[in-house]
Parts: sequence; C-alpha cells; structure tokens
Amino acid sequence: MPDSRIDRRFAAVKAAGRPALVTFITAGDPDLETSQAILDALPGAGADVIEIGMPFSDPMAEGVPIQLATQRALKGGQTMAKTLSMVRRFRERDADTPIVLMGYYNPIYVRDPKAFVKEAKDAGVDGLIVVDIPPEADDELCIPALEGGLNFIRLATPTTDDKRLPAVLANTSGFVYYVSITGITGSASPDAGKVSAAVSRIKRHTDLPVAVGFGVKTGDQAAEIGRSADGVVVGSVLVEAIRASLDAHGRATGGTVGAVTDLVREIASGVARAKRG
Amino acid sequence: MTMKPNTFRAGPDERGHFGIFGGRYVAETLMPLILDLEQAYKDAKADPAYQAEIDDLNAHYTGRPSPLYFAERLTAELGGAKIYFKRDELNHTGSHKINNCLGQILLAKRMGKTRIIAETGAGQHGVATATVCARFGLPCVVYMGKTDVERQKPNVFRMKLLGAEIVPVTAGAGTLKDAMNEALRDWVTNVDSTYYLIGTAAGPHPYPEMVRDFQAVIGKEVKEQMLAAEGRLPDALVAAVGGGSNAIGLFHPFLDDPSVRIYGVEAGGRGLEGNEHCASLNAGKPGVLHGNRTYLLQDDDGQILEGHSISAGLDYPGIGPEHSWLKETGRVDYVPATDDEALAAFQLLTKVEGIIPALEPAHALAHVIKLAPTMDKDQIIVMNLCGRGDKDVFTVGKMLGFDL
Repeated sequence: MPDSRIDRRFAAVKAAGRPALVTFITAGDPDLETSQAILDALPGAGADVIEIGMPFSDPMAEGVPIQLATQRALKGGQTMAKTLSMVRRFRERDADTPIVLMGYYNPIYVRDPKAFVKEAKDAGVDGLIVVDIPPEADDELCIPALEGGLNFIRLATPTTDDKRLPAVLANTSGFVYYVSITGITGSASPDAGKVSAAVSRIKRHTDLPVAVGFGVKTGDQAAEIGRSADGVVVGSVLVEAIRASLDAHGRATGGTVGAVTDLVREIASGVARAKRG
Repeated sequence: MTMKPNTFRAGPDERGHFGIFGGRYVAETLMPLILDLEQAYKDAKADPAYQAEIDDLNAHYTGRPSPLYFAERLTAELGGAKIYFKRDELNHTGSHKINNCLGQILLAKRMGKTRIIAETGAGQHGVATATVCARFGLPCVVYMGKTDVERQKPNVFRMKLLGAEIVPVTAGAGTLKDAMNEALRDWVTNVDSTYYLIGTAAGPHPYPEMVRDFQAVIGKEVKEQMLAAEGRLPDALVAAVGGGSNAIGLFHPFLDDPSVRIYGVEAGGRGLEGNEHCASLNAGKPGVLHGNRTYLLQDDDGQILEGHSISAGLDYPGIGPEHSWLKETGRVDYVPATDDEALAAFQLLTKVEGIIPALEPAHALAHVIKLAPTMDKDQIIVMNLCGRGDKDVFTVGKMLGFDL
C-alpha cells in the first residue's frame, strides 16, 4: 500500500523524536454540533491522530465512560451518516491529521462492508478499528478496506501470544494498537514495565508503529508509556471530561469544548516529555 | 436462494459457520481463549470418561430421561393430532437449562478454570448455573438486567441461596442483552481464571455447537421414547425459541427425518407490527452481535433494538445462529405467538392437564393449539415442555388481576 496519511504522520512524529498522541472521542457526544467543534479543535490542542468512535448500542469492550458517551450520542440522534459527515466537514479545514473510525461490526455490516469502505474513504477517513472482527474473518471487512485504500488497524492484547501475533499482524497497516490490559476501556491503569516489554515483543514481529491504549489517563502516564511506545492513545478520560462539563440536563455548556482541549494539551505535554535522547 | 444441503446435521464448519451464520466475532483479548475452548471441547468429546460423567449426572442428579407424556385430555379438547409433551420441566432446577450447565461445568473443570460467570434473563439459566457451581464448589457470578432482577425475584433469591453473587446490570433497558454485554466485559477482564457459561445456543463458536450437543439429549430421548410408545416418528415438533437452546436440543436429532415437520415459536409480544416483540426471525434481519452472525432486531443504522415479551426468558433481540440457518434453508418454520396467546395457553394447560408451564413453553403450546386441530387424529405432535411455571405465577397473577 502506498504511504497513507497515517504512515506520514507517524513518520513525521518519529522524526521529531517523540511518540504520537492519539485521541479518541465518540461521534455525536454530547450532540452533533459540539462533537464537531471538539473534533475540529483536537489537532490544535496537540492530537496527532484522531480516533472517532462510531456509536453502537452494545459496546461490549467499553468501560462505563465510553458506554455513557455512546448513550449520549445515540440519544442525541447520532447515525453513521452523521458520523461520516463530521469527517467530511473536518477534512474541509484539515488535510493532514489522520482520522480513524473505531467501533463495532454490525453498523458496518448492515450498510454492506464494501459500500461502507467507499463512503468512509470519500469522506476522508484513513483507517478503521473494528473491535469484534478478528483476523479469522479478514475476508469480510479487512481485505475490502485495504483494497479500498483504508488502513486496517488491529488490536493486539496481552493474550495475543507469539504464536498468534503473526496472524494478527498479517493484514494490519497504519499502526498496531496494543491494548495494555486484559479488560475494558478506561478501567485499570497499565503497568509501564509490562507495556514496554510487550511493545518490544510486538516490534520483533513488525516494522509498524505501535500505539498503546486502554487506561491511560494523565500526562505523566502518557510520558511513561510514550518512552517505549510509538503512540499513546487516550479516550475514556476525554469523554469523562465531556460528561463532567455538561449541565444538569446533560447538555453541552460553554466549557465543554475547552474541557477536552485543556486535557489534550496537558497530555500532549506529557507526550512531549517522552522525547527520546 | 440457499442450496438444499444433503444433511441438516453436519454444521457448523471449522470456522463455526452454519451457512453465513455463526462465526467468532469477538475482541482479540478473547480470541485465544475461544480457540482454547474449542480445542478443549474437541478433546472432551473424544474422551469416553467425559460423556460417561455427563450421563451419570443426567441420570442421578437431573433425573433423566425426562418422561414423554401423552396429554390425553388436551388432545381431546383440541380434537386433532395426538399431543405428547417432553417433560423437561421435571428436571432438577425446573427446566432444560441444567442439561447444558452440567456439560459446561465439567468442561470448565477440565480446563482448570476456578471461577464461573453467566448471564440470565428469566433466571432459569442463572439458577441452573448457580446449582452446578454449588455442586462442584466453584464461585459463581451471575449478571442479570436490573429490570429482570425486579420481575424475577424468586429466582434471584434461589441463586443467592445457592451461593451465587448477583450483579444487577443497569446499562440499556436492563434485560438479557445488557446482562450478556456485562458478562463479556467481566470475561475480557478475567480471562485467565474465568469460564463464561453461556446459557443458550448462541455466542461465538464453539458455544452454539456445544450447547446444542448438550441439549440434544432431549431430542435423542424423544426419538427412542416415541418409537417405544407409537412405533414411529412424530409428524410435528414444536418448541419455543428465545436464544433457542431447548428448541435446537429437540430438533437436531430429527433434522434429517423429512417426514417430521418442525416449528419454532417466537415471542410475538404485543404483535409484530410495532417493536414490542422478540420475533427476530420473523421481523429482524441478519447482523452481528455477541460473537455471532444471526437474525437480530435492529434499526436501519444497525443499532440493536430492545425487544418485549411477557416471558423474560424470550426477551432477547437475537437467536442462536443455527436457527437462522434452519430458517433460511426452510427446514424449520418459525412462527410467532403473542403474549395473550401464551397467557391463554398457560391457563388451558393448567386446567386441562394439571401442569403449570413456564411462560416460555406456553408460547410453544399456543402454536400447538393452532396446529393440532388442523391435523388428523392419527397424527402426532411432540412439544418440548421445557420449564415449569412456578417462577411465573406472580407475573401471570398480575396479568390476570389477581392480588398475590
């Protein structure tokens, strides 16, 4: 596959001697307009790569923060069409920051995977992370995505042993997302020592950048994880900041966008401290 | 159009598919575990000692074989085909769920797992799981939707007595689907120690196959008992389908007997016109949820809908993948029965035969009431009476305006 926006961004960040900051928000949380404003503000606050969660009614791998974010978005009427329109609007003003859509298979399956890949590519999406479609089912979505010009980013986990890693990495492109704990998003904090060993292990099998997520909550943690990883992913803590900024009726306030961008700035400074020698 | 297969009993294939249905759609953290489980089940099946232990427990703990009972008064009342009930409601714990739990807990022990988790809707599977955990001395955590905890209090208390920890799930509508999400979250967090004892013939491969195999004891017994009683196979089989484990257990041994017509009865709730039903095969479309591709109740954007049924055990927006395949191949007819029809059937059986059925098989009976009069008197229907109604007397009392 030719260089993608994701490849170029990881290369540029590596040249600057630091890991990438990958930020996650749920599309449509807490409403479409505010979510668009947050998305548009993320690169300025220090996000190198943006993951946008496609809301799904049954987010089996998510902890409470992203479950609640998903419920807010769906209650606000978020749909796949609106999620893709957010990316299209973002692309009107930002041609360089990679966008990865993250979620579950069913909302893609009902639209037809090939049709979805084309819609996503046309909207300006660069990659997909689909939690519940393992490499054993690569023919269904991963291969059509690669053929349609999208990166397909796979999760590797502490249970992915050396025997299984080659299968997981076979059709992965863009980067590898290492899930730092056995568990759901936004729960336990990862152990930096174990993460470092795991990243080294994955790097023995691939030249792709390895980003680490699940449980990273602060700039200091990001700095620690970023010493070994090529990227640090934060998500639950950002959607928690959204939740904390809402009024008593669950609506966005004047502080909602700033709550997210302030936190992204703090974590970005942590990532910058992870600068290598 | 799907090609007619030579046999309906060969599935699933190596990747766990029944036609396009089934499969393994789970997060990577669980994949190695699912593959281990598949291997462990293959090894266990090849070990005569494993099957012997199941047979022994079935006979002496559960009380198998369950009787095949000729319902003489109901037959006369309906004036058509002879009606037989497979009496799985007489099993220890009061339903067919125990058949599956015994098979799986023996497997969990073989795998060296030290903690059991389960999801439950009506609480029948939760009770059966808590029972086998007590029997084998393993800690048990049962996830149950908050709505179901409130409407199934007797079963919640039984599970607590049996030593299980009940975790009420508040996400979503607080029913079976949400309990299953939460059980999957627990499993992904505790992969090393924990065995997820799924209660129906759904979920990622190998669960649909494994649960079917454990429940197929129902159909195997019916075949022998029917040959002994009538010297021939029945003309029709009827069973309720929620996730579909009692139904597939009855149906599977008969799938290649073309003279046997087979009916699965879905929860029609308040009717199929709106969204207040759980008839995923009649009113849903294929999708991917909880580890498998199958018919689901969902909107145009692929969001899963909350179903409705008077029966908590049928209140699930999906269905086991083998049923989806049996529908598409045309081997099994799936028909709905409404809340009202089930309630009427519940009362009829109680009055005419002195058997209080659970609301789940009351749905199957609602179809028997329609079917029997259209058949000749020398024809035979077997219905799976898969659970007893003790747990439902409060719900039914409320519906009938009776102050308990």
